[in-house]
Order: sequence, then structure tokens, then C-alpha cells
Amino acid sequence: MTRWHVARLVKVRDENATARTLVFDVPGWPGHLAGQHVDVKLTAGDGYSARRSYSLAGPEGVELTVQRVPDGEVSPYLTLDMEPGDELELRGPVGGWFVWRPDGPAPVLLVAGGAGIVPLMAMIRARRAAGADTPFRLVYAVRSPERLCYADELLRPDPGVSVTLAYTRRVPEGHPRPPGRLTAADLGPYGEADCYVCGPTGFVEASAALLVGLGHDPARIRTERFGPTGD
Amino acid sequence: MQADHLDGNALAGPLAEIFAADVSVAVSRCAACGLTGPVASLHVYDRAPGLVARCPGCEEVVLRLVRSPDAAWLDLRGAVTLRIPLGGAGPGAVASAGGEPGADR
Amino acid sequence: MTTFTRGFRGRRRGEDDRLPPGQYLTEDFPVLSAGPTPHVPLDRWEFTIDTEAGQTHRWTWPELTALPYEEPAVDIHCVTSWSKLGTTWRGVSLDVLFEDVESTADYALVHSYGGYTTNLPLDDLLDGKAWIAYRYEGEDLTPSHGGPARLLVPHLYFWKSAKWVRGIRLLTEDWPGFWETAGYHNYGDPWREQRYADD
Repeated sequence: MTRWHVARLVKVRDENATARTLVFDVPGWPGHLAGQHVDVKLTAGDGYSARRSYSLAGPEGVELTVQRVPDGEVSPYLTLDMEPGDELELRGPVGGWFVWRPDGPAPVLLVAGGAGIVPLMAMIRARRAAGADTPFRLVYAVRSPERLCYADELLRPDPGVSVTLAYTRRVPEGHPRPPGRLTAADLGPYGEADCYVCGPTGFVEASAALLVGLGHDPARIRTERFGPTGD
Repeated sequence: MQADHLDGNALAGPLAEIFAADVSVAVSRCAACGLTGPVASLHVYDRAPGLVARCPGCEEVVLRLVRSPDAAWLDLRGAVTLRIPLGGAGPGAVASAGGEPGADR
Repeated sequence: MTTFTRGFRGRRRGEDDRLPPGQYLTEDFPVLSAGPTPHVPLDRWEFTIDTEAGQTHRWTWPELTALPYEEPAVDIHCVTSWSKLGTTWRGVSLDVLFEDVESTADYALVHSYGGYTTNLPLDDLLDGKAWIAYRYEGEDLTPSHGGPARLLVPHLYFWKSAKWVRGIRLLTEDWPGFWETAGYHNYGDPWREQRYADD
């Protein structure tokens, strides 16, 4: 029942050297929930087309953050070549499972791996926009400081939201946690929460297992995996 | 164990083309092992000629979806039933105060 | 109405008259999979041909790899629109495996470790058109590309070249396989662009 809309790029914002946020104008956009995604379709002049899914980054409007994958097919175009005024086709919002609603009463634990931050950032922004006081905790695993998205926004105090950065390869000077994979200590101690985990497939598997090991109810862990190569 | 699948969330867009309700939040029961859970938690293999959703418990095929230029082919043989929540906020609608809570609670 | 995205080209390369209609060239080798990758230990691996009369012909891994092999260099065409030219393989021709098989069946149903199936006319497996391949570009075939062994039948769309092949059942009536029952073409000739059941 959902049809393809024409989306016109109106604004771009670099999040870091390899990730860019694209803001689209989509006439008739019905609104969406934090955590939902869109399917995009790009068609070349000769009719060749490619489809990808991207999470919406904010609670309002159509804002996508795309991580460039070296040798990728679509992400290099979106992050380097696409200019305001250019158009693509877009379908959505879709996915009513990996979503957070501002009236959700339970504390929330967000676990992001790399570009998996995007739908979780949408939840943090939706919480702020709604003036909700649900306790939020974000654990954000990222390779190095250069790979951080939304750095300024995440480091600004946001009452009720605690942010833990877990660098996996290289830490900035003075960072208390040594570089390394996410551990149970990063995610603990256990506290009752709705858990949202988003990232590459291996990251999601490992993190979900850590959460279950800490005592979280598997039925309250929602996951969203990226494909094996993304792009 | 290869980790080469996505979550059932990835079915939301393709199924939205066919159904009025958001089937990704429906609860399905596996015809092979009886495991019951949201379609969003199935294992979806999308690097294939179509989408193949498998049971996270036994890896049997629950759902297959192929989209040709002029038709969608949907095979649900691996699901005994789908419980599709209706009413309340539909997909894409922003839940108002008192809107339907998450389907698993 | 299609909206074109200015400046978008996609990964595919230029034209080539070895490309069937609607196909694009790729240099890499995309991994397609409809399920978890089976890992079959070679000491438990076997390949069988079951005839319509109920006879089973069976080869273990040492038996298969001791047979005379060929090294075909072929173009492969995936129904998802990529083609890869000049791939080189090592495998046993189905003509060798069918040498002692008595059958008047017209149809073959290929089945794999992991449960995958695909069907094709038996004639399309014979006369130098198909192999049980176990090496690719000079290396052992990796599990992600169908190892230890896959069917290689390059004149049809590549979904017919079943990965992790386990056996062939000969049938007097056609029995559509995994993708053939889900909207894909029963035969799948890339040069006639037989992608979907209605094509």
C-alpha cells in the first residue's frame, strides 16, 4: 500500500569525514516514529536501478545519515556526489517494530555499533522533542573518534540521557576506557529496560548475547542488523 | 555459524507494498518448530533473488517474497498463523497519547 | 513514471556483447544466499544420483575428486542482473557421473546441503554443459560460494548452479525447485531473459 515518493535533496551536512546527513523534501510525508526506516531507489539514466534501506535520523522530516562504504555502490553517491536539487525515489516510513514511542514508560538502553547510531539518535531526538522524562542510556561503540556521528549533540548535556562512548580501535587522548570490543561491563550493570541494538550483523549478535547474559529478557531486546557489506 | 542475515524489520518495506497493515509487527508461529514471535525477529536473507525469512529457532523457511516487475509472489507456508495487530496507530502514523503500545508488551 | 537520479551510475561497467539482455558486468563475485551457509565436513560429504527406478549412485569426496576433471572457463549470469565473464573452475563433468546411470527420465531435481532445490531438464546437465565444480580460480571452492562443491550449469541463470550440491534426483515429471516455486522462471535462459514465471 506504500508507494514510492519523489524525494528532493534540500540540504546536506557532513557528520564526519565519511558520513553525511541528507535532508529531503518529500511532499505528503505522513510523519513517522523514531526507529523507522525508508527504502530508497536510485535509477541511472539507462534504467539501471539500485535499492537500499536507511534509517530516519530525526523525529520529523526525512533526514538520513549515510556512512560511506569504500567501493560501495550507493553510499559513495549519496555521501559525495548527490547535490541539493537532485532527486531519488523513496518509500516509507516502514517498520513498526524497531521503534520507540514517547509514551513508552520503561527505561531505555540503546546500543549502537558504528552507523547503527542513526535510528537510536532518532529515538534520543524524539525523546527530547516530546519532552519525555523516560531514562535513556546510550552505549555507542565506534572505531575511532573520527568515526563519531553527532558528536557535538551527544556530548551536550541532555538531562535523563547518559552516553557511554566505547572506542574499539583508537581512543582520543584522556579517554578513560581503553580501546576494545564492547563488553558486559560497558552495558551493565543490569537494570530493567527496553533494549534497542543496531549495527553490523556481528556486532548485533555479540551485543544481544551480552545483554541476555546480564539478565535482560530476550523478548525486550529489539535488534536491527545491517547487511554483511552494507554499501 | 555465519552471521549473514538481517532482521525481519527488513521485510517492512516490501510487505508494505502488499498489505495495508504493518506485517513486520505481526506475530507468526513457525510451522516447523512452533516458535512464536514477531515477524520483525525472523532471520531475513536478502542477498538472493528474493527475500527469504527463516525461523530464528530452527532456520526453516517461514516466508518468501519475490517481486517481479508486475507481480509479488508471497509464500507463507512456514507460518501456521500470523497475528496482525489492527487498530490504533498504523505504520507511519505518529502515536498520539494513549496510542497502541508496543506489540510485545 | 520513473524518476532518474542525476549523476547516479551504479557499480556496473560498460557494454559487452557477451552480456545477455538486462545484465550488467561485475568484477567481484557477489555472494548470494537464501539461508545459513552449511559447513559440510569432507569425510561426511557425499554426492548421489537417484534414478526414477530407485537406484542410487553414490560418490564420496575422495571418489569424486579422483575422477577425471575439466577446467571450464565460462561466463556466469545471475538473475539479480550481474554477470561475470571468464570465470575458471575445476570440476567433474556430469557426463562422467552419468556414464553408468540407467535412466529414461526427462527431469532432474538438484538438491543441496541446507535444503535448497532447483529443477532443470536432464538434457541441460549433459553433453558438456554442466559440472560438479570444486575449485574456483585455482583455489578450493569456499563455503560462501558453495564449497566443497557446487553444480555449475552456466548456460542458465546462476540460481540453477546449486551451491553445496548434495545430489540429483531423476524424475519422469518436472518438480519445480526453491525459486521456481516462488515466481522465478522454470527454465531460466539468460539469453531469452527468462527471469520470472511470466516471462
